[in-house]
Amino acid sequence: MNQTTTVEVANDDDYDVEYGTAKEFLTITIGGQLFGIPVLQVEDVLGEQSVTEVPLSPPAISGSLNLRGRIVTAINVRKCLHLEPREGKHKQMSVVVEQGGELYSLIIDEVGDVLNMNNKDFENNPATLDPVWKNISLGIYKMDGQILVILDVPKLIDSIHN
Amino acid sequence: MDDLIAEFLTETNESLGALDVDLVNLEQNPNDKDLLSNIFRLMHTIKGTCGFLGLPRLEKVAHHAENIMGRFRDGDLEVIPDYVTLIFESLDRIKDIIAVLEETGQEPEGDDSELIEKLDAVYEGRDAHQAGGATNGAAPPAPEPTPEPAAEAAQESKDSEGGDAQDSDELQALFDSVEALPPDQIANLKMPHEMTAEEREAKRKEGEAVKQEAEPAPAPKAEPAPAAKKEESKAPPPAAAAGGDKPVVAQSLRVNVDVLENLMTMVSELVLTRNQLLQILRTQKESEFSGPLQRLNHVVSDLQEGVMKTRMQPVGNAWSKLPRIIRDLSLELGKKINLEMHGQDTELDRQVLDMIKDPLTHMVRNSADHGIELPAERAAAGKSETGTVILNAYHEGGHIIIEIKDDGKGLNTDRIKEKVLANGLATEEELENMSTQQIQQFIFNAGLSTAEKVTAVSGRGVGMDVVRTNIEKIGGSIELRSTEGKGSTFSIKIPLTLAIVSALIVEASGERFAIPQLAVKELVLINKKSETQIENIKGIPFFRLREQLLPLVSLTDLLKLESKKIDLPKAEPPVEIESQESANEDEDAAIQVDPEQSQNNPEENSDYIVVTQIGSYLFGIIVDRVFDTEEIVVKPVSKILKDIEMFSGNTILGDGSVIMILDPAGIAKATGKAEGADSSDQTAEQEAVRGEEKTSLLLFRAGEGAPKAVPLSIVARLEEIDLKTVEYSSGQNMVQYRGKLMPLISVNGTKQLGSEGNQPVLVFSEHDKSMGLVVDEIVDITEAHIDVQVHSKDAGLIGSAIIEENATDVVDIGYLLKKQDQNWFKNHDDTPFGDEDTSSAGKKILLVDDSPFFRNMLSPLLKMAGYKVTVLDNALHALRMREKGESFDLIISDIEMPEMDGFEFAEKVRTEESNWQNVPMVALTSHDTPEDMARGNVVGFNKYVAKFDRDMLLDTLSQTLNENANVNDGAA
Repeated sequence: MNQTTTVEVANDDDYDVEYGTAKEFLTITIGGQLFGIPVLQVEDVLGEQSVTEVPLSPPAISGSLNLRGRIVTAINVRKCLHLEPREGKHKQMSVVVEQGGELYSLIIDEVGDVLNMNNKDFENNPATLDPVWKNISLGIYKMDGQILVILDVPKLIDSIHN
Repeated sequence: MDDLIAEFLTETNESLGALDVDLVNLEQNPNDKDLLSNIFRLMHTIKGTCGFLGLPRLEKVAHHAENIMGRFRDGDLEVIPDYVTLIFESLDRIKDIIAVLEETGQEPEGDDSELIEKLDAVYEGRDAHQAGGATNGAAPPAPEPTPEPAAEAAQESKDSEGGDAQDSDELQALFDSVEALPPDQIANLKMPHEMTAEEREAKRKEGEAVKQEAEPAPAPKAEPAPAAKKEESKAPPPAAAAGGDKPVVAQSLRVNVDVLENLMTMVSELVLTRNQLLQILRTQKESEFSGPLQRLNHVVSDLQEGVMKTRMQPVGNAWSKLPRIIRDLSLELGKKINLEMHGQDTELDRQVLDMIKDPLTHMVRNSADHGIELPAERAAAGKSETGTVILNAYHEGGHIIIEIKDDGKGLNTDRIKEKVLANGLATEEELENMSTQQIQQFIFNAGLSTAEKVTAVSGRGVGMDVVRTNIEKIGGSIELRSTEGKGSTFSIKIPLTLAIVSALIVEASGERFAIPQLAVKELVLINKKSETQIENIKGIPFFRLREQLLPLVSLTDLLKLESKKIDLPKAEPPVEIESQESANEDEDAAIQVDPEQSQNNPEENSDYIVVTQIGSYLFGIIVDRVFDTEEIVVKPVSKILKDIEMFSGNTILGDGSVIMILDPAGIAKATGKAEGADSSDQTAEQEAVRGEEKTSLLLFRAGEGAPKAVPLSIVARLEEIDLKTVEYSSGQNMVQYRGKLMPLISVNGTKQLGSEGNQPVLVFSEHDKSMGLVVDEIVDITEAHIDVQVHSKDAGLIGSAIIEENATDVVDIGYLLKKQDQNWFKNHDDTPFGDEDTSSAGKKILLVDDSPFFRNMLSPLLKMAGYKVTVLDNALHALRMREKGESFDLIISDIEMPEMDGFEFAEKVRTEESNWQNVPMVALTSHDTPEDMARGNVVGFNKYVAKFDRDMLLDTLSQTLNENANVNDGAA
């Protein structure tokens, strides 16, 4: 069966990352870059899943999958970020998020730890950031030797729509 | 408490909640017609229901408020904040009364005359705004909005109910603070009136905001349920909330649909898990789990069925209040009405049931109010004094049909016409050309009530448009048959359930899809051995299904699926298939077919055609494989996939995989051929026989000038001939075709055929004869009304029609065929009679012929001559139409037909009790022997015409019609 690790599920609606009230992020790696998704938005982390392709769908959509009786739309985040497909054979990982009452599974390279970030390390998007990335990023955290880009999940999903 | 009242309260609370929001919107968009009708409808419903439940105070307030909204809707009263405020005031009053009603089950005592006076003042145009700036003396009545009793009531409900009543009180207070100005102050404020209005609006919005914020609050307060009732649809039954001293209805619970939905999802999961377990069990012999697993199996099955059932309710539930409504109505209107109900136990989805409840009530009310006459009128018309309204529900092919039938006076076509003209829905000319049935359809338009008086019951023009909208919303359709003097029948056709549909699972290029079974007409398997193959015109596939050319669309191409394994027929394709085929061949050569896959699919070289119908448009979807039919739970597609029109949803199959549900309408649209095929208007059967129906036309170019067209359905095949094989014999071009010589003709008869290359040919067949029409190029296939604009001087053409905005010559194939071969229609009489009679315009002709060739040939010809043609393929169907009360000016009938031949048909038509007894009949036959003609005359045919002589036929028709008119004149 599928490897399913439940990270944490929370339903706190008041949560808002922009004002820095949230500090916990699930880190993921895509193309070597570290990204963070606010932990409270994460519903589930999935391993390899069988995905049904949806014909005529935007290229960033990998298809649909069945997650315990709910239909989840799988999104290839690499394509959203305009990255080349991953080379070699890897085990596919995905993070399930809920947006507007619907579930989306974000297919990414690797899932890392949950990190506790300090507000003082937060910065807005650098002006020179790739416009595509800027559009779907909430800002960045400076870490030792690394930069954590915070994904704006709603915008990421919207960007596919258009 | 009375069940009806309890239900009424729940419903009304829901409606009122909606009204509040709508009114605020209305104030911002005073010209929004939809919004206005919506508000008007809600108020109307409240009023109507109150009337039946004996709640005079509520009814009165609602009635007077509705009056104003009626004027809003008609556009002769401007929507200004003051009026909206007044409506709000009435709403608050209604809410107050309802609050007490909930408490006590009684309408509170009280006097609403003040409010009503204000409402009437506005309605009758006596208020300040309309009376052209009335003086202080004539100022509107004191705007103190809450007279004592209501305030008391509010107080009462506040005390007893807490949160909710408080909300409305807060709101009231906000209004009051603005409104409670003495009249002179209002007069003083005249100049800055706009500001006040804005202020008021702002206040009100604030009030709304307060309300919205406050609304969820009561829940955590652990208040007993009444307060929560405001929260739409999730409300528990008032009876349950009412506490100990009232009778509690314990047999049923209102459960949120979401809860059921969740349950269903979980049960589906359970089923999947069980299936997996059973699968494992099968691989193991002698397992100690087998016993318990079998039990689990049964329990799960039962559970699944049970959960499904929670959504189903007998249709009788929606009817339960109808007898009372009819009873009260008959008292009120002094009529004798008997309500019969059949099929109450027919079950349908709760959601659907909810949606049709109101429309049904409306329609039954209409039948009783407008349909059934007063006893005296009935007696005078020779009917029994008691009128009958019959409700009937039954299953029919995955649908539920609900009929509402009355034996009243039927629809008055003339009155509808007047109304239609008055409302500018159609011009007199247009009406002139419409059948009675088409005219009757107008009652489904907004604002068209034929009741002469506006009564408390109906007659405001609310109704049938709403009914239709609601029914169409759930994918249903409504049909009306009415005979003046005899009564009307409405039939509603609705899907059994919205959530679960039966679907055919198909596969294309290794991907599976579901096609809703309702749209699927039949399945056709084609393999190498099949007699008929898929044919191509310019790479677009077609299939000859019996006598019809069926446009096809390949699912693989349509969905741009990678062509992993697609196999178009290669068995002697009649036409050289272009790019697509050869590409596939290449691919087949290049890609080794996966052995496992071919094992799964023993009929490797076969295709399936799923014949699909949308409205009247029939097309085929080519798929690789067809699996089973499954009951699937429709889930909406994700928001970001909504733009793809091909899918109506997705679902999880029994094996746990997600598959997409194809939307046949979307596919039809994507193929660009089904525009205007409106399935909701008429049932397919009706559409198929209607003269105004669109015809599929094959467009081609041949010779000079405009593109030409022939009805697609008379074309037997499309071929491409090698000109080298054309032979010239006995004065005409011939080609060997299927072991016989086939004559080739061209549209203008003079075309010189080349001697090299290929030439497209349209092949027409009748019995064992074929004939080829040589054309230059096949352009397209399109659907269009054959509406011939110019009569052609060229005998080979029916005329020119506007097809897709281009002038197109419609070719008279009959003429060409006859010219070519005098024996084609076994016709010997070739003498043309006089010119066509123009007085034929608008005459209705019924054409009965079992041969599609003739039907398709004659119908455009007759239409061109100005007749309105109804085409049927079977005499029995014709007799059925007679029973329905259709009338015609003339009947043309074939003689040789299966089931019932023309002679028998004529005998039936000529019987005493037939209302077609005097309709002239023309026989159409290929056997014009004297014996046959004699027999034809005996059974009642007026004329005998040989197949197929167009001039003769048209001449005979106009002659016969004229003769008949003379006879009738003489008789009169």
